[in-house]
Amino acid sequence: MLSDKEKIRYSRQMMLQDIGETGQLKLKNSRVLIVGVGGLGSPVSLYLAAAGVGKLILIDQDKVELSNLQRQILYKVNHLGQSKVRAAAKTLQALNNQIEVHVVEQLLTSDNADDLFCQVDLVLDCSDNFDTRYLVNTLAKKHRIPLISGAAMQQQGQLAIFPNDSALSPCYACLFPKVKQDSVQNCSTLGVMSPILGVIGSMQANAAINGLLGKSLDATFIQFNGETMAQQQFNLTKNSRCDVCQEQ
Amino acid sequence: MKLIVNGEQKEFSEVTHVLSLLNLLEAQEPYAVAVNAQFVPREQCDVLLLNEGDQVEILSPIQGG
Repeated sequence: MLSDKEKIRYSRQMMLQDIGETGQLKLKNSRVLIVGVGGLGSPVSLYLAAAGVGKLILIDQDKVELSNLQRQILYKVNHLGQSKVRAAAKTLQALNNQIEVHVVEQLLTSDNADDLFCQVDLVLDCSDNFDTRYLVNTLAKKHRIPLISGAAMQQQGQLAIFPNDSALSPCYACLFPKVKQDSVQNCSTLGVMSPILGVIGSMQANAAINGLLGKSLDATFIQFNGETMAQQQFNLTKNSRCDVCQEQ
Repeated sequence: MKLIVNGEQKEFSEVTHVLSLLNLLEAQEPYAVAVNAQFVPREQCDVLLLNEGDQVEILSPIQGG
């Protein structure tokens, strides 16, 4: 049941034919894991909290730094030096005190991941490194939950949706087979335009809500160029020799 | 054969399947390849033949977030 306050809070989206009270209840009963609360995790968690997704689990081990504030819109000057997940929880609960926010102030590892993935309906990858991206992918595939993956650097953004709803569903490693590499190209070394994180993070939140409402998700990859505003979309299919898919 | 590779039209004389193009361009891992907006799984790269005018995209993963 939705309370009167909730009906008012969510009225503008409950007007949508695809949502209504039934859809809003689905969101309220949903649990999602957000891996990384930086540039992408900020808009993702703000939108999912505002939209009334019932339980958000945030995992990140970093602390808020001054150089984060250019793009990580969850944080304010008074959060400097604080744990990101704790500061994020304060911001999100101030926005919506009718949802639950749980925080894990750790790096996602194979030791803590299983326990988190078995508690949720969907995972959003908002991390900043390939090791975490491949780990999130393996766990999402193993637990058969949809993975909405976002990434951004300089003026480029990428969104990938992996439904993980059947044995035929492709995964991140089908798309980008894992290779040994020592790549250090991330936001710290190459920079990133602030709003590109809002573009990709908002698309992630939008895709997540679609999935939580029970709409079927298509395996797709989108690349967005912030300089030209061009967007390209590709349909994904499984790689029958994918190492990760074969392990499951 | 004329192909559009990452948005640029180019002429290739010795290209047959997708893998031959990737080898010619010396594509560096990690990457994904798509032909006419359809992702091509790696194991099909040496099977799928390219045709005149095909749009090929070679995509590199971004890790930042």
